[in-house]
Amino acid sequence: MSQVADECIALIAKQKSIAPEQIRLDSTLEELALDSLDRVSLAFDLEEKYDIEIPESKLEQIKTVRDMVTGIEEAVRQKSADLSTTG
Amino acid sequence: MKRVVITGVGCITPIGQDAASFGESLFAGRSGIREMTDRPPDLHFTRTATVEDFRQEEWLTASQRQIAERSSAFAIAAARQAVTQSGIVAAHPSDSIAIILGCSVGGRSTEDREAEKLHKHGGRIHPLTVPRVMASAGTSLVSMEHGITGPAFAVSTACASGTHAIGLAFHMVRSGAVRAALTGAHEAPLTYVFLKAWDSLHVVSPTACRPFAADRDGMTLGEGAAVFALESLESAGARGAEILAEIVGFGMSSDAYHITQPNLAGPAAAMLRAIEDARATPDDVGYINAHGTGTEVNDRVEAEALHRVFGERARTLPISSTKGLHGHAIGASGAMELLATVLALRANLLPVNAGLVGAVVDPALGLDHVLIENEPASPSLALSNSFAFGGLNAVLAVKRHH
Repeated sequence: MSQVADECIALIAKQKSIAPEQIRLDSTLEELALDSLDRVSLAFDLEEKYDIEIPESKLEQIKTVRDMVTGIEEAVRQKSADLSTTG
Repeated sequence: MKRVVITGVGCITPIGQDAASFGESLFAGRSGIREMTDRPPDLHFTRTATVEDFRQEEWLTASQRQIAERSSAFAIAAARQAVTQSGIVAAHPSDSIAIILGCSVGGRSTEDREAEKLHKHGGRIHPLTVPRVMASAGTSLVSMEHGITGPAFAVSTACASGTHAIGLAFHMVRSGAVRAALTGAHEAPLTYVFLKAWDSLHVVSPTACRPFAADRDGMTLGEGAAVFALESLESAGARGAEILAEIVGFGMSSDAYHITQPNLAGPAAAMLRAIEDARATPDDVGYINAHGTGTEVNDRVEAEALHRVFGERARTLPISSTKGLHGHAIGASGAMELLATVLALRANLLPVNAGLVGAVVDPALGLDHVLIENEPASPSLALSNSFAFGGLNAVLAVKRHH
């Protein structure tokens, strides 16, 4: 599993007080009882950590842990692409 | 109308994190005012009354810790103690219990931190900032923990918030609008911006607060919470709950005068209304837990108001301010002072006006019975005074329950 995936799972586990082993990449945010406030809060923590911004439209499409990991990895790739273009 | 009694108390304060330890410090005259360990630069004062070693992880669940900042955490801890002691949540339908908590300034620590980040680095604010900062967050979190679904709201009247909250809860239980209530106040105002703001007002003591002293030089800021469980005498009696004290009167008034300066008419009116609400007369009052902040003007005007209400008896009436012990916890101070008053009635011992040690009571105040030490007494009626900035006054009248 990627480092981003580990990070996402660790944060969800902490936020919901559940064991990380109970969280799979295919777990839906609904199954994990992440309500809308949990989701924006989690997204914020990840955005801060990776210094990225996940577009609002993308946030709404995130249904599973895997979607979340993909969203972050895309945003990180996008950021480094932007940096290399501007740099 | 129902008689209203207190069947549970809880507190997190600089002088004790439960009612028993608060009482021990109160009667030992042990002050929670100390040098700040992490002192912001450029302040004209060095001491506060801080709640030390408050272990949030022991009091709060993981989900509560996400939302609750310091002020709400105090509320959760104090309320849980009051619920446990009283058993009111199990004893009454959840929609017949009210929660009314005073909180003047809300989640300062969160707001300061986010504002600093924003001004330094720009960008975004944490999405939990709003629920953390709102002054009613403590009320909501207490309601959620205990499943209380009756009337619930926060009261904000600066330094009288707690007394107003308790008075409203008392009236609601007395009228039968609710069967029981959790009420009190919580505050965590000791943040950099807030300390600087108080510093600018030039009312904070550069030494330590000593109310009614001839050489008093200001207040000392504090923090914490105190929460009470109220219900009717008949319901407490029917279920055999221990009765800690009876609240018998509540008076409010506004000075309509000045945003910071006190005026004697407003405080005097609030005291008289509390006495009248208790169906008593000034002669019945045997102890005053004064607002007594320790500023030159506040103590002088409170003394004048006491003379207006009690006449010549003001000279001999036992009076103490307990702010020299727990500091001035802004919105939470009235709740801590009601707790001090309740413990005094139960112990038949009036608490010392701490801070006076080595100082002389200001003779100009005409108050000859400011308590320079604990004094054994069993007053039939006691008042707890709170007079806020902006002239918002609230006074509670309490009795020992026999």
